[in-house]
Amino acid sequence: MEAKKRTIIAIVLLAFSAGIMTAGIMRGELFIVFTKAVHICLECIGLG
Amino acid sequence: MKISQDIRRKLIQIAAFGFSNSYIGNIPGGRLYKGNWKNFCNPGINCYSCPAARLACPIGAMQAVGGSAKFSMGFYALGFVLALGVVFGRAVCGFICPFGFLQELLHKVPSPKKLIYKPLTYIKYLLLVVFVILLPALVTDNFGLGAPAFCEYICPAGTLEGGIPMLLTHPELRGQLGGLFILKAAILAVTVAGCIVCCRFFCKVMCPLGAIYGLLNKVSLYRVHIDREGCVSCGKCSDMCPMDIDPVAEPDSAECIRCGKCMAACHVKAISVGFSKKQ
Repeated sequence: MEAKKRTIIAIVLLAFSAGIMTAGIMRGELFIVFTKAVHICLECIGLG
Repeated sequence: MKISQDIRRKLIQIAAFGFSNSYIGNIPGGRLYKGNWKNFCNPGINCYSCPAARLACPIGAMQAVGGSAKFSMGFYALGFVLALGVVFGRAVCGFICPFGFLQELLHKVPSPKKLIYKPLTYIKYLLLVVFVILLPALVTDNFGLGAPAFCEYICPAGTLEGGIPMLLTHPELRGQLGGLFILKAAILAVTVAGCIVCCRFFCKVMCPLGAIYGLLNKVSLYRVHIDREGCVSCGKCSDMCPMDIDPVAEPDSAECIRCGKCMAACHVKAISVGFSKKQ
């Protein structure tokens, strides 16, 4: 893929990533992630 | 003194591993770090149920949100991973993934070394779609909650970094051991054996995060550059590649972790790795 086309696709994807990350934060996903991450995840450690 | 690419990469890997697991004092008591850093995702695979973990696992975060009653897809973690992948591609795996670093250490155990059977490398895409995206969103209980299927049934990083330390420090959890733990322990055993024999077995075959970053290798800004006029087709780069690819034929391969071993092996300096081509 030529460099210019690659850069354009990368910029578009970066803007899309920033957009969905912001949307995720705005709709309260951080709270779900934080809550999961600060408690022992029984599924993660193999206890279901 | 000039530091070689390989030493520089190792130093970055050690720093990233240390930063990701800096609460090592929590291990003897089996406590989890509960501070604000847990709002942020780790760029690589590192179980958030590891007592030493500072950050949230991005694959765990995607499943947690996708399996929640309110949402069926985790935008925050997906956006974070996409953004990193667009800039760095699988260089994240090669430089800052804590579990990637552990796998490289395991591969130093003396043993016969083997190449991976190529079709097995497609398993990680299946695991990404089925266990990370579909099952948490579609298979739900009466409250609309889905289980983090990849963490529950597959992830050997969770068993190693979270399960074993927690079971050693929490006797009350040992009473709950059953078939699921046996399955996960077996997957961990296969993964460890695989990593000893085959470099980065988990990355090549099982890692859903590597699958996302790998797809983004096609467009990532940090990439492998080939000087096709300078290349003498000696094949040293593909001989050195820990991911079993030919960097000249496939510089944007989804398996390439941008480790730079091909660049170091090239005696005519026809390969460079970076944001721009080295002159």
